[in-house]
Amino acid sequence: MRKLILVAGLLASSLSVASAKELLNSSYDISRELFAEINPLFVAHWQAKTGETLTINQSHGGSSRQAQAIIQGLRADVVTFNQSSDIDVLHQRGNLLPANWRERLPNNASPYYSTMAFLVRKGNPKNILDWADLTQGDVSLVFPNPKTSGNARYTYLAAYGAAKQRLGADAARNWMIDFLRRVVVFDTGGRGATTSFIERQLGDVLITFESEVNNIIAQYPDLELQRVVPATNVLAEFPVAWVDRNVTRNGTAEQAKAYLEFLYTAEAQQLLANFFYRVHHPEVIAANADKFPQTNLFTVEQVFGDWEKVHTDHFANNAELDKLLAEGRRSR
Amino acid sequence: MTSKLGASPLLRRVLIGTGVGLSVLLLLTPLLLIFIAAFSAGIGGVISNLRDADMLHAIGLTLLVAGLTVPINLVFGTLIAWCVTRFTFPGRRLLLTLIDIPFAVSPVVAGLLYLLLYGSNGPFATWLDAADVQLMFAWPGLVMVTVFVSCPFVVKELVPLMSTLGTEQEEAAVLLGASGWQVFWHITFPNIRWALLYGVILTNARAVGEFGAVSVVSGTIRGQTNTLPLHIELLQQDYNATGAFIAAALLTLMAIATLVVKAILQWRLQRDH
Repeated sequence: MRKLILVAGLLASSLSVASAKELLNSSYDISRELFAEINPLFVAHWQAKTGETLTINQSHGGSSRQAQAIIQGLRADVVTFNQSSDIDVLHQRGNLLPANWRERLPNNASPYYSTMAFLVRKGNPKNILDWADLTQGDVSLVFPNPKTSGNARYTYLAAYGAAKQRLGADAARNWMIDFLRRVVVFDTGGRGATTSFIERQLGDVLITFESEVNNIIAQYPDLELQRVVPATNVLAEFPVAWVDRNVTRNGTAEQAKAYLEFLYTAEAQQLLANFFYRVHHPEVIAANADKFPQTNLFTVEQVFGDWEKVHTDHFANNAELDKLLAEGRRSR
Repeated sequence: MTSKLGASPLLRRVLIGTGVGLSVLLLLTPLLLIFIAAFSAGIGGVISNLRDADMLHAIGLTLLVAGLTVPINLVFGTLIAWCVTRFTFPGRRLLLTLIDIPFAVSPVVAGLLYLLLYGSNGPFATWLDAADVQLMFAWPGLVMVTVFVSCPFVVKELVPLMSTLGTEQEEAAVLLGASGWQVFWHITFPNIRWALLYGVILTNARAVGEFGAVSVVSGTIRGQTNTLPLHIELLQQDYNATGAFIAAALLTLMAIATLVVKAILQWRLQRDH
């Protein structure tokens, strides 16, 4: 009987919640702490501006999986992903938003960005300063599997792009074989790779987003891990979009748009910088200059073509990545 | 010719020792470790994690899903068992085999099936859309897949028992003028209540702990469609190992509570007779 009352209460509460204005933000795996701080700021901002009380709900997962859920009916109002191809999918497979979603907000609809960085052990014993140092001596590496992780795809492209600039196309290919051969474990996702590096003590260098590197250092202060940002590096955009079909159905078009525009304000950009994401707002950049080493960033499109081409050329079955791995195994 | 197995005291001790040792190693130690890890950050850590709004919601949602699944499967399972043991009809064996499907397929497949059927690309999408009914990625979807994966428990407990019991008592009752409901309540139910109770307990345990199917249709919206097993995974990914173990300890407590309830009911019912 008590269970029945509880059930009735829960039903009633879930129904009553549904009548208030809500936004659902579908985001990538590791952005929970970030949006847990941004959301209250926006709720306060929106309340002050319109008098309306808003609730913002969060869903987190691998961004390809998140996109798939939205195509299958998850009514997310906005997406904040770490790979633009996962937003393109929403247009291609579900026609949930227009093809030109990148043009609807500044900076390619990417309010913040990051790049790749190395996490090395205390005192940087292997003296790793740039990409070229990763293939010296017996240095071993940890990063996730580029087949399953967007994070690792960026690592692969950053390493390859930098090698091409440094060595030219042919030598870069040989360097990549050596580079990939040194990976001790390919975990499926970023958090798994962190566990391998920290808990299992595998590898000399963990390669992941600069923002994540800084968060890991803060998470494990006793280990005195160090960050190294290579000089030539890839631009990793974090694109956002409102999902037209869902906001129309939910009646939240205005709120969703305002929420994403809010990410470009000085207030939100400072918060993003606190989480070690690089931002566009000039004043915030000036105030946080010491946090972000100067790097020479190239875009994936400049070096490798659009993401579809990148996928077929590098990450599809038996494409470049598979070939490089196979050649590395043969030469061992 | 040969001595009976267990007649040798040494053999008996070795066998009992192995049995107890393995149970401690495989069952008790991991359980204890969960609680030790949960309390590793002290009682304050436990309280602050338990008072977290998302954690509270996950607990409530898990109880809601189990609270709806158990009665649905209780009624459904009894009806099916009654059907296949009290009537002969063409397709009876087929029905008995169909009932096993939820056990035969992986829970992930079950989740995907429901997503295909009731999701945005499914045959009912237009109709559901027009009625503005959201089944998948909302609590009704969680209940639907949990009902699916746990529906065989009650049937599987009842069918063998009801087959052995036979129909004589019920036929006698009918001849004496009892109505259908009277036959069920006074003859059938007292005979099957143990099996029914056991089925309910297994259903409840499965409903509370289900991960695979639920993870496919949940959409993992924190504070909305996150059940306790899903919440454990999320906490783990948030580097909150203590929180994950506290949630795991809660699930374990629910399981232990289920076993205790079963023991108490059994004891009371035995005392009554």
